[in-house]
Amino acid sequence: MTQVTTHAPVDGARADAGGPLGRFLKATELDTRMLGMLAALALIWVGFHILSGGLFLTPRNLWNLSVQSASIAVMSTGMVLVIVTRNIDLSVGSVLGFVGMVMGVTQAQLLPGLLGFDHPATWMLALAVGLVAGAAIGGLQGYIIAYLGVPAFIVTLGGLLVWRGAAWWVTSGRTVAPMDSTFRLMGGGPEGAIGATWSWIVGLVAGAALVLALASGRNQRRKFHFPLRPLWAEAFLAGVGCAVILGAVAVANAYPWPVGIVRRYAEATGIAVPEGGLFIAHGIAIPVLIAVGVGIVMTFIATRTRFGRYVFAIGGNPEAAELAGINTRWVVMKIFILMGMLAAIGSAISTARLNAATNAQGTLDELLVIAAAVIGGTSLSGGIGTIAGAMIGAVLMQSLATGMILLGVDTPLQNIVVGMVLVLAVWLDTLYRRRLQ
Amino acid sequence: MSDAPLVEMQNISIAFGGIHAVDNVSVDLRAGEVVALLGHNGAGKSTLIKILSGAYRRDAGTIWVNGREAAIANPRDAKRYGIETIYQTLALADNVDAAANLFLGRELRTRWGTLDDVAMESETRKVMGRLNPRFQRFKDPVSRLSGGQRQSVAIARAIHFDARILIMDEPTAALGPQETAQVGELVLQLKNEGIGIFLISHDIHDVFDLADRVVVMKNGQVVGSAATGDVSKDDVLGMIILGKCPAGAVPGPGAIDGAAAA
Repeated sequence: MTQVTTHAPVDGARADAGGPLGRFLKATELDTRMLGMLAALALIWVGFHILSGGLFLTPRNLWNLSVQSASIAVMSTGMVLVIVTRNIDLSVGSVLGFVGMVMGVTQAQLLPGLLGFDHPATWMLALAVGLVAGAAIGGLQGYIIAYLGVPAFIVTLGGLLVWRGAAWWVTSGRTVAPMDSTFRLMGGGPEGAIGATWSWIVGLVAGAALVLALASGRNQRRKFHFPLRPLWAEAFLAGVGCAVILGAVAVANAYPWPVGIVRRYAEATGIAVPEGGLFIAHGIAIPVLIAVGVGIVMTFIATRTRFGRYVFAIGGNPEAAELAGINTRWVVMKIFILMGMLAAIGSAISTARLNAATNAQGTLDELLVIAAAVIGGTSLSGGIGTIAGAMIGAVLMQSLATGMILLGVDTPLQNIVVGMVLVLAVWLDTLYRRRLQ
Repeated sequence: MSDAPLVEMQNISIAFGGIHAVDNVSVDLRAGEVVALLGHNGAGKSTLIKILSGAYRRDAGTIWVNGREAAIANPRDAKRYGIETIYQTLALADNVDAAANLFLGRELRTRWGTLDDVAMESETRKVMGRLNPRFQRFKDPVSRLSGGQRQSVAIARAIHFDARILIMDEPTAALGPQETAQVGELVLQLKNEGIGIFLISHDIHDVFDLADRVVVMKNGQVVGSAATGDVSKDDVLGMIILGKCPAGAVPGPGAIDGAAAA
């Protein structure tokens, strides 16, 4: 089974790089940059945990952290593709605000008149309207960028003003509330989480999928007699992956519903609350599931489809992509359509979480999204970036914000710290890449 | 039909701003023939060839492939006619690996429509094994490869898809003597397979021995063309530098008046 490993000659320059650590990294084919980021995240978590006297690494805080990261994480996956093609999108925060207003008005004012209050289809229609609006906005901006040749910075800077103004204009500045009760599930909260049982099921399915993916990848490579990872490395990856997935589920399941909500729930369903309280776990929050789902789909798009391949080729050398016969303009326009739709999903999450659509929603989100993508290893000079990295970047940004709130740091100082961390992260990344060259 | 040249470019013109980069140029190429397109930097060679490869759109003129008029408006069209180009800049996407570059724009896909990376890598290993047997860095982005390795990737891309017409723009500019000789061997091998090859160079020594025919351009016009057996290197140098057409050559519109008689 393993003798195929030596079938193809190994490149001499890389085979004996470094000691045991080098051999370990080579065998597992892990991305050292990604590992570095995870280490930084771990450091931040442990640091805040100690500084806050044990408040950070609790199921409650981690669960909230995951929910708060979801909207930015969803949008950062699209920003990776935008930045990889040497573009930028400064309008996502405003698009989020405008689309949120559109979805809010759709479900709170238009649909109740047509379907009646709290109709089961309301949330789907509202979300669909939001997705279409997001795609249309992205398509318009993308068209101007790709076909009319106006720089993305300018188009989306204009978009930042236009869509923020448009968000105000939808209801002349009035806040729209409340949202549809099903729609609200996308925002998390005790209702918007899938509970302990389903969380375990999701975790087990995800673990099985991971093992299956590793196995089928190995099979494919064996079929073509390519060099394979050693078996221990495959087992290590599968083991660590499953441990992380199930660990995350365990944390989500360790966070119980608040006492008041449990009491109301017990009264409504007629369950007797035992002595010492009833433990009902949150489980994985729906916005987190959405974000993870988006991350998986976007990773698939970026790495397994022609479109994704073209995005990276254009980022690496636009002229070469053009000469290879790629319709580069259409690809760029599609990226912005995708970005608009992701802003709509982000908007659904944050509108649902707030249970209201306001015209100020998503203000400055564009900067958080760009920062997440860049901290996550997306290179502003184009061609380099990963979806997973950007999502970890989003969690890292949110961890800083949450941690500082737990420590009681003043708001102005929070911004100063986040700003400095962004610059520091990019500087470290520059050093890392220079060493790699 | 069998008489028709593989490619015939007739009265091609293109201007950028007020500058006639290519001015009423006609060239042709037959199957199994190597035609060297010579001239100084800025003579219009690369521009002419980019019209054939679909990178530029001509202002005037016709292109015939196998005796039929060919509509070439973009690189995809050109590839459909079996015209493959190795650009001077190599036109590689530096951030992706050899296989991704080789199949750029023509990716192999699985039956679910996703990229079939394993199959592409397998094909890449085969074709690179022929061109550069020691090449093993299939997982690295091409920016980490040496000049010669990058060149082999660009060449592999051009010959892998059954090219009938191959354009090589300064193919040996970035190469050492040994790699230059390898490219020379490859040109002869492809010629024997019946592929027509345009070799573009500003240095006559690189290509004179490989070519069957030379076409010399100056200031966007053809000075003249000649079979390499009929002229000496010095004659061709005179064409390149002075625009003077020697006795053994057919003068073009760019030749100095009366020079043909000299």
